[in-house]
Amino acid sequence: MANVIYSWPSADEAKVLGKRRDRLDGLVKATGAAKYTYDINLDKQLIVKALDCPHAHCRVGSIDTIAAERVAGVVHVHILRPPSTEIQFQGDLIAAVAAETEGAANEGVAKIKVQYEMLDVFVRDDDLEAATDFGRTKKAGGKTELEREPTDDEDEDEFEEKEISRLFKESKYIVEGYYGINAITHCCLEPHGATLEWKGDKLDVHLSTQNVSRTDDGFADALEITADDVDVHCDYVGGGFGSKFAPDYWGIAAAQIAKKTGRPVKWMLDRDQELKIAGNRPSGYVKVRLGADDDGMAIVWDSQQWGSKGITGSGGIENAMPYVYRPKNFRRRATSILTNADVARAWRAPTHPQACAMSQTAYDDLAAMMGVDSYDIFMKNLANISSRQKAEVYVEEMKIGAKLMDWNEKWHPHGKGPTEGSIVEGLGMAIHEWGGVANTSNCLLRIHPDGGVESYCGTQDVGTGTRTVCAMVLAETLGLSEEAITVNIGSSKYPMSGASGGSTTVGAVSESHRRAAQDAIAKIFDLAAPKLGVNSGALEASNGRVGVKGNASKSLSWKEACGLLGINPLEVTANHVRGTKSPLSDVGVGGVQMAHVAVDKETGVVKMKKLVAVQDIGLIINPKMAESQIYGAVIQAIAYALFEQRIMDPKTGAFLNAELADYRLPWLGDIGEIVVHLYEPQSERQRGVIGLGEPPVISGGAAISNAVCNALGVRVPVLPLTPKRVLDALRQAGVT
Amino acid sequence: MNNFEYAQPRNLSELLDLLSPESGKTELLGGGTDLVGLMKKMIVTPDRVVNVCDVAELQGIERGGQSGDLLLGAAVRLDELLAEPQLEPFGALKDAIRGTASGQFQAQSTLGGELLRRPRCWYFRDGHGLLAGDGKMIIDGDSRWHAILGNSGPAKFVNASRLAPALIALGAKALLIGPTLEDRRELLLEDLYRTPVHEGERENVLRPHEVLTRVILPTRPDVTSATYEVRHGEGPNEPLAAAAAALQLEGNVVRDAKVALGHVAPTPWVAAEAAREIIGQPISDYVAQAAGRAAVALATPLKDNEYKIQVAKVAVSRAILQAARLPTGGFYA
Repeated sequence: MANVIYSWPSADEAKVLGKRRDRLDGLVKATGAAKYTYDINLDKQLIVKALDCPHAHCRVGSIDTIAAERVAGVVHVHILRPPSTEIQFQGDLIAAVAAETEGAANEGVAKIKVQYEMLDVFVRDDDLEAATDFGRTKKAGGKTELEREPTDDEDEDEFEEKEISRLFKESKYIVEGYYGINAITHCCLEPHGATLEWKGDKLDVHLSTQNVSRTDDGFADALEITADDVDVHCDYVGGGFGSKFAPDYWGIAAAQIAKKTGRPVKWMLDRDQELKIAGNRPSGYVKVRLGADDDGMAIVWDSQQWGSKGITGSGGIENAMPYVYRPKNFRRRATSILTNADVARAWRAPTHPQACAMSQTAYDDLAAMMGVDSYDIFMKNLANISSRQKAEVYVEEMKIGAKLMDWNEKWHPHGKGPTEGSIVEGLGMAIHEWGGVANTSNCLLRIHPDGGVESYCGTQDVGTGTRTVCAMVLAETLGLSEEAITVNIGSSKYPMSGASGGSTTVGAVSESHRRAAQDAIAKIFDLAAPKLGVNSGALEASNGRVGVKGNASKSLSWKEACGLLGINPLEVTANHVRGTKSPLSDVGVGGVQMAHVAVDKETGVVKMKKLVAVQDIGLIINPKMAESQIYGAVIQAIAYALFEQRIMDPKTGAFLNAELADYRLPWLGDIGEIVVHLYEPQSERQRGVIGLGEPPVISGGAAISNAVCNALGVRVPVLPLTPKRVLDALRQAGVT
Repeated sequence: MNNFEYAQPRNLSELLDLLSPESGKTELLGGGTDLVGLMKKMIVTPDRVVNVCDVAELQGIERGGQSGDLLLGAAVRLDELLAEPQLEPFGALKDAIRGTASGQFQAQSTLGGELLRRPRCWYFRDGHGLLAGDGKMIIDGDSRWHAILGNSGPAKFVNASRLAPALIALGAKALLIGPTLEDRRELLLEDLYRTPVHEGERENVLRPHEVLTRVILPTRPDVTSATYEVRHGEGPNEPLAAAAAALQLEGNVVRDAKVALGHVAPTPWVAAEAAREIIGQPISDYVAQAAGRAAVALATPLKDNEYKIQVAKVAVSRAILQAARLPTGGFYA
């Protein structure tokens, strides 16, 4: 076999890649035939329900489970937080009841009596002063970068302060802004949970996870077995967004209960538990000074930021500040606030949406202060960015976005647009960046002598369309249709593939599947070449045939070609290791989003009219699915921009809106028009595949905030922009 | 959810026999859009659930009596009301039903059930009682969606019904029957509601063995009406504040008017002051706004809900303009 050189076909040559294809599993998902973890029920299973702590900070005293154990149908009561445990947030699970029915489990939960010793509560993550008084602050990361170095005559300690104040003195315009973004939850439609059973000493788990290949060891570690004794399955996931990487303590407890009772166990969190303990995105608030020259070029940024990741209080967002747009001189300082809330988890593009909403709002306020078009300020300041994408790509993307938005026609200076009744409209924009490296991935490809093709990969589909991507890559390479290929994913017994986090999945599986298929087809070419009387290099696989390039008459059908394998199937495994340089994938994307909103000044209600998302992602496997990813991301951006917030009782720390009736999300009528443009010039396509899942969720929040500010001429500082906040901001500005 | 006994009576006599004289022991089940959630969270824990949907006397939309009033059965579903041609002149009612924005909800929820929805106050729903520690939890806590009117006592929640303001503005009455078939009382719909002062009291005057059987809607051909809800989003979430206005117009002069607000007080709130501003006046933006101001003149906002004064004021003025078929100038016009 000749040495295989991995590559993608050109756009002209590609028969499957780059084509708008439906999801292979779209129909089973739409009809309900697809089995999610929540749909899995095992014979003789017990249902587990848990008692969660009603207090945000307390110590567990006694736990009395006698009455619970006596409830008819209750089989076992499992203590998760034994007496004397300190509970740090509301919703932490204290004890679990396994029963024959859900009703009996709930009745058992209601009969558990727990004594708690109350401890002090602090949840006001937006109130730095109160947090300081309460002793709930911790220094987070800071950084200063200045173009000028201190001279020999200057005191090094004083230099930073003096230089920053000199730069502000030099600035023609100084924006002094306050911006923020509340904590939100992952709010997975399918809550976290598992259905599992022991088969002898082996554990078989159906887990709602975005990490099929690497949760077996999580179970194994906790249960003191080895990972080969654990099988994890997940065919479909009802939302993860970064919150479903691990078995979680309730998953481990489910396995312990199954062991203890000798029965299969099903344990899915209740809705309010899902919101309280199964994932949240940290908040951020910032006071900013941004100095710019008379052209509107930012020359200095100075920020003091705070916020909370829950009870651990560690930071993170500050590392991305100021976001993408970064003047040559900047200082960022941050304080972390420890609140009685669950520890945050990765949420779609961790830290970026918050950093974007706390940085690019200041740039928009600069445009407002100067009375100039925000587009010009955003374009000009591309001269100073910190991004994994190039400035010239953003330039092109901004131009495309402006055209799709009809920006020039619609633009008006901040607060100076026409009012119709009490409705004013506005435009805003923001830009983002992301990595999207291809994760480590292995693929086992088996080609049968009868022409059958099957692949195995321990990856998962968190909404990406992973199955379809695998099938398209294999189909392209083998010259077949996607339907001719059986793609197997969703089991830890398949070759390892990385977690779906960091927008790494499409890169990962297209790497491993392309490599496996190229290796396999090279072997088939080697067998077919003598039959066709040519060198294997002269062959191609196309339209279900293996034949000589440019000579349709000299070819074998796919089945004939595979028949040359003899009696045994051809098995190929291929792998890609994250971070390895590859011709098939790359890192670093950018995107631009522009929002058009209407605001009712009398009620504070904001409505989306249109959102334009321009995005590059290198080579696009399936534009239809890529667009679909962006629609989802944009909807999630609209959600956190206008609706979503975790509301905690300031005194008790109770999570007040931990039900979907109160945890507000946008509905179809709230979305407006979404226009997606995939930016794929040859210069980007030739970079190979780059991940997409996260980046398009980043800049929508800032863009919407800027559009509302453009409409009103008043900044509503903290996301989400609820009617209350809009009206409060207008009142403070003296507008109403 | 606790175990409970389930009953499905066919007529009112059977229904009344199934009711307990003790509050909370029996709960009536209409569409179940509210009750089931409350039971799952053990906010209500009835021993017996009585499904009223098959009770003959609670069905139908018909004309009754000499006055030609419309009689709306309490078990009639909201989508049936929405589709009913005889209700076409009652704009306020149709607006309010449409405002629920969910086909599933409209197909499931009954008129009686909607009027008697329990408050969505998050302290109540978290098991702290309707008054949440004599209102203290709300005062110390988060009151963004709570009452701005009628909140001087311990009750700070807002009434949950979205149809009540419309029906009250339209002059509807409630027919209550029980404990026997002979025990009947007819109340103005606004009198069905009360502001509880002690924990354990509910937000309506229904006795434990009494049933809301019908809503009586007077037919007045010269009345035009509308409901205006200020909603955060297009979903089925309750509005931030709402108002319904029913106007008797002669030309463009208001001869009589009734205005009721929703989601601003522990009860649906009749704003007689607002009506007074417009009676005798030709309808205009100016008088509608004056009515809005009058409706909230005595508002006493809590720590987090001053914005609701503005929202309620706008809801009133826009409901009046919409009732008079004039442009409101805002969304959802």
